[in-house]
Amino acid sequence: MLESTRDAYAKALLEVGRKNADIVVLDADLAKSTKTITFAKEFPDRFFDCGIAEQNMMSIAAGLAASGKVPFASTFAVFASGRCFDQLRVSIAQPGLNVKVVATHGGITVGEDGASHQGIEDLALISPLPNFTVIVPADSVEAAQAVEAAAKTQGPFYIRMSRSSTPVIFGDDYEFSIGKSVTIRDGKDAAIIAVGIMVAPAIEAAERLTADGIDCRVINMATVKPLDEEAILKAAAETGCVVTAEEHLVRGGVGSAIAQVVAENQPVPMEFIAIERNNAKSGKPELLLERCCLTDSDIEQAVRSCISRKG
Amino acid sequence: MQLSKNNGSLSNGASDNAGAFSLSDAELLDKAKTIRRHIVEMVGKAGSGHPGGSLSAVEIVTALYFRALRHNPKNPQWADRDRFILSKGHAAPVLYAALAECDYMPVEELSTLRQLDSRLQGHTDMTTVPGVEMSAGSLGQGLSFSVGVALAGRLDKRNYWVYTLLGDGECDEGQVWEAAMAAAHYKLDRMIAFVDYNKLQIDGWNKDVMNLEPFTDKWRAFGWYVIEIDGNDFGQVFSAIDSAKKVSNQPKMIIAHTVKGKGVSYMENNVDFHGKAPNEEEIKKALKELK
Ligand SMILES: Cc1ncc(C[n+]2csc(CCOP(=O)(O)OP(=O)(O)O)c2C)c(N)n1
Repeated sequence: MLESTRDAYAKALLEVGRKNADIVVLDADLAKSTKTITFAKEFPDRFFDCGIAEQNMMSIAAGLAASGKVPFASTFAVFASGRCFDQLRVSIAQPGLNVKVVATHGGITVGEDGASHQGIEDLALISPLPNFTVIVPADSVEAAQAVEAAAKTQGPFYIRMSRSSTPVIFGDDYEFSIGKSVTIRDGKDAAIIAVGIMVAPAIEAAERLTADGIDCRVINMATVKPLDEEAILKAAAETGCVVTAEEHLVRGGVGSAIAQVVAENQPVPMEFIAIERNNAKSGKPELLLERCCLTDSDIEQAVRSCISRKG
Repeated sequence: MQLSKNNGSLSNGASDNAGAFSLSDAELLDKAKTIRRHIVEMVGKAGSGHPGGSLSAVEIVTALYFRALRHNPKNPQWADRDRFILSKGHAAPVLYAALAECDYMPVEELSTLRQLDSRLQGHTDMTTVPGVEMSAGSLGQGLSFSVGVALAGRLDKRNYWVYTLLGDGECDEGQVWEAAMAAAHYKLDRMIAFVDYNKLQIDGWNKDVMNLEPFTDKWRAFGWYVIEIDGNDFGQVFSAIDSAKKVSNQPKMIIAHTVKGKGVSYMENNVDFHGKAPNEEEIKKALKELK
């Protein structure tokens, strides 16, 4: 089954909105794309379109949060992170206000809209901001639960959703918890730590590697900040090599954050599946993933090469 | 002359006026002087800070805290309080001085401005000082923040007023005009904003750095009800607030013509004192003038 995380966002927003009358939603003329339109239709009085003015939207959200509301503010990942970085930093992060930034259209799988619309630096921008929890759900089930968790947890959140429909990985019994990674598949020869839409190809790669007798662990690191350091170090110690996989620039991405944890505490060979250069282009999402070396075969190769570097 | 704190009587009238100070005209003039002295002393002691834009706003801030604003220093988070949002966060000294004079913190604490571990950060921090409504310092965000506060008030059916103080140079920021549009779009008539129109920013006069005129026309064109006053004149500040309150369905802008550095002769209209502390001799001279 396929479903986009932004569609899951729309449904989850309705759920949390029905339970908590303090939840309000802001958008910047993209409600049909971010899917906040669903909330707007049911709760027109609690929805504020700010027009194409993202910076204004973020500071308005801060004012709402300072007055007891629980604002969800949505736009594309490029605009949510880049266009309003200073507003996130000063209006929201520094005072630790209870604003939930849900950015859709993260990564290159935005596709045909091309470079200006592909958010591939957002995690590097948001992760250093104080007080922010950063989540990249792997599928629609996790996306919905992340929205619920954010609604219930005090403090600023950045949640990155995708435009494209992606495989549903988790069942109804799945339980997301902030800051806790999930080991989807155990293994002792190597560990793949994946985030977002890269979790599905990571599972695929691990399964393929079993044909050659390679036993590969797959970890879903949905909470990018704070990182589940315990799981990272356990994986490094028990498997002896770590491959990270993310739909983000390699510089400043999740891989580099994980590498810092590994290098400091449990140095082992690492390889990074991520976007090497800012070579974003228009094209079909699948073709872009191939072009940027973000496929299951790329992960598979990285695992083999990483294992060969073990001492 | 050091005025005792709380010399304004706490009104015990209608509940929607609970906690408000109501100083007499003479007391207000004295209070303004006291606040000016605090500004000079605290910035002088810190050795850095922004005296010019703090001094120009003294009458506006004093008028609000000591008469116009419904607030309660004993309960800074009182849900129905009127909000004062200082968008030009570098003018923190004027706000800190007013808050201390209202008893939100001890007056002695003012001398810790900008020191390591002081609650009095160089630019306002809402998490450290009771009574500070917004963390600011990056210009251009406060009017948007105020829109959020006003929207929340409307949703919660509370009838507090949201006062915002902007700098004139700050209005170079595009976000100010995004907020202006939004406040008018949402008909936020509980918003009353001031521009401290002292005509100076950092690089010089507004008209040379980035011309704002025709300034009142701009705000009107953005859907605001605009009043123009001498912002260093208490009487005009109060009558502007009174007439602003009578206008419904649109946000209100009070363009307050002021003098940067007001009250200290060598700082008046002197751009050098935008962000420079007076030295010891200058402090003495200023305090003498502010007796
Ligand atoms: C976004 C941003 N850019 C630049 C600055 C640096 N800065 C601090 S005060 C100031 C001038 C402000 O002028 P104005 O708004 O007229 O304030 P006032 O004269 O009343 O002090 C500038 C440029 C800043 N704080 N924020």
